[in-house]
Amino acid sequence: MALNDLTRAWRPHPVRPPASGMSRRRGLWERVHLDPWLFGMLLLLMAAGLVVLYSASGQRIETVMAQGIRFGVALGVMVVIAQFSPATLLRWALPAYLVGVMLLVAVELVGDMGMGARRWLTIPGVIRFQPSEMMKLAMPLMVAAYLSRRELPPRLKDLLACAVIIGVPVVLIAKQPDLGTSLLVAAAAVFVVLLAGLSWRVIGVLAALAAAALPLLWMNLHDYQRQRVLTFLDPNSDPLGSGWNIIQSTTAIGSGGVFGKGWLEGTQSQLEFLPERHTDFIVAVLGEEFGLVGMLAFLLLYLMIVSRGLWLAAEAQDTFGRLVAGSIILTFFIYVFVNVGMVSGILPVVGVPLPLVSYGGTSSVTLMAGFGILMAINAHRRLLPR
Amino acid sequence: MRNPRHNLKSPEQELRIFRVRALLAAVIVFALTGLLMGRLAYLQVVQHEVFTTRSEKNRVRVEPLPPTRGLIYDRNGVLLAENRPTYNLTLVRERVEDLDATLTRLVEILELPEEEAAAFRVRSRQRQRPFQPALLMSDLDEGQIARLAVNRHLLPGVEVEAQLLRYYPDAEVMAHALGYVGRINAEELGRLDPGRYAGTHFIGKSGVERFYEEALHGQAGLRKVETNARGRVLRELGRNDPVPGKDLTLTLDKEMQALAYELLDGRRGSIVAIAPRTGEILAMVSAPGFDSNQFVTGIDVASYRGLQEDLDLPLYNRAIRGHYPPGSTIKPFLALAGLAEGVITPGETIYDPGYFQLPNDSRRYRNWLRWGHGRVDLERSIAVSNNTYYYNLAHELGIDRLHTNMTAFGFGTRVGHDVFGESAALMPSRDWKRERYNQPWYPGETLSVGIGQGYWQVTPLQLATATAVLANRGDWVRPRLARRLGEEEVPVALPDTPEDIRLENEAWWDRVFSGMEKVISGNEGTARRTGVGLEYRMGGKSGTAQVFSLGQDQKYNAEELAERLRDHALFMAFAPLEDPQIAVAVIVENAGGGSTHAAHLARAMTDAWLLEEEEPDVEELREAMEEDDGSVAGN
Repeated sequence: MALNDLTRAWRPHPVRPPASGMSRRRGLWERVHLDPWLFGMLLLLMAAGLVVLYSASGQRIETVMAQGIRFGVALGVMVVIAQFSPATLLRWALPAYLVGVMLLVAVELVGDMGMGARRWLTIPGVIRFQPSEMMKLAMPLMVAAYLSRRELPPRLKDLLACAVIIGVPVVLIAKQPDLGTSLLVAAAAVFVVLLAGLSWRVIGVLAALAAAALPLLWMNLHDYQRQRVLTFLDPNSDPLGSGWNIIQSTTAIGSGGVFGKGWLEGTQSQLEFLPERHTDFIVAVLGEEFGLVGMLAFLLLYLMIVSRGLWLAAEAQDTFGRLVAGSIILTFFIYVFVNVGMVSGILPVVGVPLPLVSYGGTSSVTLMAGFGILMAINAHRRLLPR
Repeated sequence: MRNPRHNLKSPEQELRIFRVRALLAAVIVFALTGLLMGRLAYLQVVQHEVFTTRSEKNRVRVEPLPPTRGLIYDRNGVLLAENRPTYNLTLVRERVEDLDATLTRLVEILELPEEEAAAFRVRSRQRQRPFQPALLMSDLDEGQIARLAVNRHLLPGVEVEAQLLRYYPDAEVMAHALGYVGRINAEELGRLDPGRYAGTHFIGKSGVERFYEEALHGQAGLRKVETNARGRVLRELGRNDPVPGKDLTLTLDKEMQALAYELLDGRRGSIVAIAPRTGEILAMVSAPGFDSNQFVTGIDVASYRGLQEDLDLPLYNRAIRGHYPPGSTIKPFLALAGLAEGVITPGETIYDPGYFQLPNDSRRYRNWLRWGHGRVDLERSIAVSNNTYYYNLAHELGIDRLHTNMTAFGFGTRVGHDVFGESAALMPSRDWKRERYNQPWYPGETLSVGIGQGYWQVTPLQLATATAVLANRGDWVRPRLARRLGEEEVPVALPDTPEDIRLENEAWWDRVFSGMEKVISGNEGTARRTGVGLEYRMGGKSGTAQVFSLGQDQKYNAEELAERLRDHALFMAFAPLEDPQIAVAVIVENAGGGSTHAAHLARAMTDAWLLEEEEPDVEELREAMEEDDGSVAGN
């Protein structure tokens, strides 16, 4: 059980006795079940994110402090989760998934409204959270747990089962309505299925079906969601309304040039033209103040994190671990791609933050919990029989 | 790839599939990252110039939109405080091609004397930030605005700016009751919510404007505007409309207010009229008044000093802050207190030899009529305003019971519901004296209080309120100035209304009312001249407040004293007796005996309120008062 794993985590490792100084240091990382490379890159990203946030928040040190505290909590969550063994995660996949679905139903029934959507669940005086965030992790765990017990690549019967597993929470989240999160949750599950070896023929058929279903999706979109897509196709159709953000964010990025206008010097950013410049549109600040050089540095850092994550996934020793790790790291990349793509004007506006840079608590914790799972899968592999 | 029909779970194959897929995923990740990098390079390198230009040109600024202040109406919908649009002529030098030609043309268009062009030139050269408008002329008239609009195309860089300013059409009459707005000062700036007051330069400083500031002000809005690099507004991008302040309908009647001010005729004094059933203040005048509009635009130092140094104290709101000894006007209230406490009965008489003496004290407390009124009962004591009766009554009551009973009528308390800056004046008590002077209360002081002298001080609003409560047979209403705020009616029953006054015997009210009617209509009444030709039943009581104490047995002639040392004349009244519609308190400073001067004014107010006929003839009234002044009847 979970507690057992935790206690075991701090016991001296029986397999690898420390021999040299180098291996002792490696031994320390193994003992805490963390991957030093990934851990270091995440810390670097967080630190850089806080620097950008200071500028984007209008130089409010309170905002930076609040975000720093959230990062601290998120790191703690990551370290704790990293102590669980993959076997435990496998056992908890189904319960976590079921609880998540029940909470989503609860949100539908008794959730709090906020900004025109019903996303929050409040236990008065205790906690207030979005069950859809929990689903971002429970979903890949559940699908991977299911598929890892079947023969792979998955057969049609299994795919249908997966469709049900994926469909229920995704529809519930989409109904809140929170299209961005529902797509991210769906993506996390689809990555598992794809990595599990879904045949190319089925992929082709599904892609064709999805294309055919687009008009249907369009019919079911809310007005503001449709407006976002239309705006994306032609930002100048509504330059003062929903097109405003994109026009201004591209202006900010473009005027940054190669080297940027300098930290705290972005005229577009500092003149408060963007409503969400410290959350979803923080890339505009980054691009304006640090220029192409800064943008490339950030993208490279993300690329290295994703590469390291994929490497760890490939190194995992059982199918469940591989599928979960691969899905988590690819979903992480989707965040980056969708956010930067949106702010730079090549994707429609979807409410997706830039991971570990945008201001916001829940998403940071979820992301770091995901990295915790990734590290757990990696660091515990030697406990399994080879 | 492989045979999909195989049945065994093969870790090696799963690993192989995964690695292929992961590699593919990595390729896609790299490709998509490359796409992002390409997009960014396109924006930041290829399109850099375009966006730099756009960024330089376009700035977004948030401008406050101050709310429109609520209007103030009288009870009949007559506008008492409005917002007057004023138009200012401004000029942005950077946008003018030929300054001299433009100024010459402006002077022509505005039909101003030619030498104004020189003044315009001076003003246009004032140091300004680039593209900030310079003020050439303020308060343009309509013709000028129209001509400017027609010629606008000839005058690039010239603009007419609108600004709303508070304006009080009847400033002098309304000044004290309405109060006024003025520029927000540093202290106010410190405590105001900056969001609410963004763009607002004025705030209520006194009176109704101050008390209802929050509702009258409303909530500021914002508009997002795009400006060029020099701060010039190019277009509006979005706006959050301000919430205008609520309109306020007062209980005041402008006609009554104007009449009261006219009746006071420039003398120092105050008139307060209240509708007893509802507590609505019909008129609340303090004279002399002042032009409150001066305070809106910002009064100049000389005018302000003039107002401050004026001996008549025009800035002083006598109606709510003036402290006057009530004199004999409080005799009906004391009579009720005596009845309530069982000290007197209505039929019981005393013998008045012209003075009252405390036991074991040789000092004689004099009646105003030196030889005395003889046998005096309750009703007669009010009608002739006998002092001896009330010396005796006060002595029997004692200061403690006297204080309690008078406080029940509101004396010594702040009675108004929405009257800003009201004074509680002073209802003396044993405790008060110990605290104030660290001395015990002396029995002789009770006697002074018994005829409304000594330490006792009232405000005109208090006296009018107590009269209204009396007219209501003890039912309390708090006087109020607001009738309706926006859509919301001010209820008659307000929270923290004092307790109603209840007597054992309802008939006692009638006996006191009867005495008060005899003041005006009885053949011995101190104000019997005022009662001539009265078309309804009216009760009242005169009073004289000494400006300073005179020595014992010293007779004085008011005319010998400097005008400012003459007694204050007071009168309180209500009418009609059987169904009171109006209660009035009148105080005229240094006017001599109350029964002559103040009583006429009180009747003019009740006439105006109760009779359908045209306005009372103030001139005729004045003549009648002149005649009376020679023959003072009593106090």
